[in-house]
Amino acid sequence: MQVTQSSVGRKIIMAVTGAMLIAFICVHLLGNLSVFAGSAAINAYAQKLHSLGPVVWIFRLVMLGVFAIHIIFGIQLTIENKAATPDKNVQIKRLKTGFAAETMVVSGLVLLAFVVYHLLHFTVRVTNPEIYVPIEGGHGMVDVFVMVTQGFQQLFAVLLYVIGMGFLFLHVSHGFQSMFQTYGLSNDRTLPVMVNVSKLVGVVLLAGYASIPLLIILGIVR
Amino acid sequence: MKLKLHVWRQKGPNAPGKMETYDADHVSPDQSFLEMLDEVNEVLVKEGKDPIAFDHDCREGICGMCSQVINGVPHGGQDRTTVCQLHMRSFKDGDEIFIEPWKARAFPVIKDLAVDRGAYDRIIQAGGYTSCHTGGVSDGNAILIGKDAADYAMDAAECIGCGACAASCPNSSAMLFTSAKVAQLAVLPQGAVEAKRRVNAMLEEAQACGFGNCTNHYECQAACPKGINVKFIAKLNREYIKALLP
Ligand code: FES
Repeated sequence: MQVTQSSVGRKIIMAVTGAMLIAFICVHLLGNLSVFAGSAAINAYAQKLHSLGPVVWIFRLVMLGVFAIHIIFGIQLTIENKAATPDKNVQIKRLKTGFAAETMVVSGLVLLAFVVYHLLHFTVRVTNPEIYVPIEGGHGMVDVFVMVTQGFQQLFAVLLYVIGMGFLFLHVSHGFQSMFQTYGLSNDRTLPVMVNVSKLVGVVLLAGYASIPLLIILGIVR
Repeated sequence: MKLKLHVWRQKGPNAPGKMETYDADHVSPDQSFLEMLDEVNEVLVKEGKDPIAFDHDCREGICGMCSQVINGVPHGGQDRTTVCQLHMRSFKDGDEIFIEPWKARAFPVIKDLAVDRGAYDRIIQAGGYTSCHTGGVSDGNAILIGKDAADYAMDAAECIGCGACAASCPNSSAMLFTSAKVAQLAVLPQGAVEAKRRVNAMLEEAQACGFGNCTNHYECQAACPKGINVKFIAKLNREYIKALLP
């Protein structure tokens, strides 16, 4: 049976694409945090990325493909899993699993919607025309610092980002440790540790990402 | 003590089922759960009603026949305890108890609480065996096996195939059951020979039976009356990856 049809094969595909997405999210966070170092730092970072030209585009396409694969297989597996229990028990009590693990497809779809909004907001730049001002001597490039600090003056946008990151926390808090189990890298001693590490990774990502809009709207970063 | 039982009643595989309520008025705390049901059935028979059908055999926690979801948990949720080993002293006077069959597409209900667990047999038939001659009793000691491997295989072999793993799984996945046999045989020299073929064959059969995919809820280990560890699922995943490699 093909890997793309097999139960465990697709689980491994989810884990590999999940690992790539988490790696991307971590690097992206580190880049974004340069906003705290001020206008020059984040604009330099943006210009650096821009100067890579086609490399950035290849990277974007690869990430898009990885994201698409993760979503498509995730939905497909969820549909199969729902079909495996057509009638449920009247009483269901779970002993071990939790909200995050049981709502992976929901948190995943919310994250998809969030990514679409985020791309329109800061990458395609169509949602808030007033925040996209050209940078001096930047050959038409947008001032990223102004875009971010102005963009997060709006309570609505800040709320969307913080809520979106809440779902990222949920998704990663189950997904991170799940990855190790799927690769066969867990055992009875490491699994309980990884379950906690996984929540910690989720918290760190949530705190890191949410800190940007929150510190900006509170006027601490300007 | 007196109990109120809500029991799933279903006349046959294709008949619709529903919960019905029964009073158990003379329950002794020393009775097992199945003995309590036996008494309820005696009353039903005397009243000319259809007794509650449920599976059981050894009644000592080793055969894996007693398959009931009690208050939402397969086998009732007491640590490492089958329904037959669950005693009424773990309930209180006046308790309401919900008793339902395993619910999974791969375990169709035969009647009331009895389900067809043949799917687990088909998974074993697909590869849960060794096809080399292992000789007579004395030959069992001819190949030395390290204590680590022997203990590991023994822990996996504790599985009684009751079906609680799939019944407790939010995805109705049979991965814990499948992995216990894959892991047990993969660490023994007689089984390792066919490890690659086995893991693929058993996984494909589990899928064909209609079980879902494992998404690492670990609910199975918590519900397993033998405490089979999800480390065997990690082992199965390693075996699957090994089988992919040339
Ligand atoms: S009847 Fe044999 S394990 Fe319960």
